[in-house]
Amino acid sequence: MFAAAALALLAALGLALARAIGGPTVFDRALAANSIGTLAMLMLAVLGFLTGRPEFLDLAILYGLLNVIGTIAMLKFFRYGDLGDPGDAGEAQETRR
Amino acid sequence: MSMLVDVLSWALILSGSAFCLIGGLGLVRLRGFFPRTHAASVIDSAGAWLLLAGLMLQGGWTLVAVKLAMIGLLLFFAGPTATHALANAALARGLSLNEGPEEGPSKL
Repeated sequence: MFAAAALALLAALGLALARAIGGPTVFDRALAANSIGTLAMLMLAVLGFLTGRPEFLDLAILYGLLNVIGTIAMLKFFRYGDLGDPGDAGEAQETRR
Repeated sequence: MSMLVDVLSWALILSGSAFCLIGGLGLVRLRGFFPRTHAASVIDSAGAWLLLAGLMLQGGWTLVAVKLAMIGLLLFFAGPTATHALANAALARGLSLNEGPEEGPSKL
């Protein structure tokens, strides 16, 4: 039954990957990447149960933390065109694609 | 008793994976960016929490359950934050709110 859950998660991962590759705007790709991160966390948790090694949960926690930081940093970059400078927001170059 | 817990946990795990699958399907099929955030939220909230609750029942009262709760709390706080930041950034960059509702579902 864990295998069924893993298969479903794998299918959802494939669908999200399709959107990440084909998504027209950069925000579609960011959204799909975020979903892929969440699904990978769940996949790691299920995989830990599937193989009888619950230590995989630590990896899932670490992956989730990295995923959040990555998403926020990428969005900040695409919104302001800069990661460090807090002032002078807007007026970023056109990076819709 | 353990039979009951098993059945309950399998039901939770299966419904959680079903919600993940529905979210992935919505991510591909929905038109426009803002409808797609809706599909991604299904994965973040319903799918993840149901799946984690089912795994928690399988793990029992051990450190495993605590770690699963940690993952759940992380998703609980970080998921909406990331989705909000995404929608906010898209809106700030001038993405149209009603983009491309022409006909039928998206074909990528």
